[in-house]
Amino acid sequence: MFRLSAQPLDPAQLAHLLHDPRAGACVTFEGWVRNRNEGQAVQALDYEAYAPLAEREGERILAEVRAKLPVLEATCVHRVGSLALGDLAVWVGVTAEHRGAAFDACRMIIDEVKARVPIWKKEHYTSGTTAWINCATRGPAADLSSPPK
Amino acid sequence: MKTIHVQYFAILREQRGLTQEKIATTAATAADFYAELRARHNFTLAPEHLRVAVNEEFAPWTTPLREGDSLVFIPPVAGG
Repeated sequence: MFRLSAQPLDPAQLAHLLHDPRAGACVTFEGWVRNRNEGQAVQALDYEAYAPLAEREGERILAEVRAKLPVLEATCVHRVGSLALGDLAVWVGVTAEHRGAAFDACRMIIDEVKARVPIWKKEHYTSGTTAWINCATRGPAADLSSPPK
Repeated sequence: MKTIHVQYFAILREQRGLTQEKIATTAATAADFYAELRARHNFTLAPEHLRVAVNEEFAPWTTPLREGDSLVFIPPVAGG
């Protein structure tokens, strides 16, 4: 299951969904909002998604991982909306009979989600500027930071 | 002329100042349509940095536009 959530994520509740007597391994990943990025002090983040395609692409990633690796369950939930430092931005959970597949699948899922799912992140810096991550391009017309307020 | 529904996200939403709109266009393909919008609204992102979705699915830039299509131009993603 891949889904977007406008509400805070509860890792214990999410992990409960994975319980399976066949599973010998459970690997989870939590992506947290960190206070620095590329040398800038981060104050808060906004995540925005194109929901129908994000959910479809997320489900495709989970299906690809299931086709490649012997996993029992694979789940990913990504936050949208305004997040504060330390908030849980993304949660991935995988169960498998053995740890190798669970570790590999968890890593594959988070890497693919970051690369492919139409979710965007705007960072708010303590300096008062903001930036859409990965949207900067070269040239003066493409300075995407807003001026200090 | 055909009418295309466009939704804007992230930096394109801010640069356009709208979340969505309907536009009458003579553009033949998704690429032509982005070029038209980019010229009109000074979007900073070049098409090489974007993907396009037609009717809620990723599609090639060469996709011909049809009356009533829904388009989304997808800036570089940054989940996680």
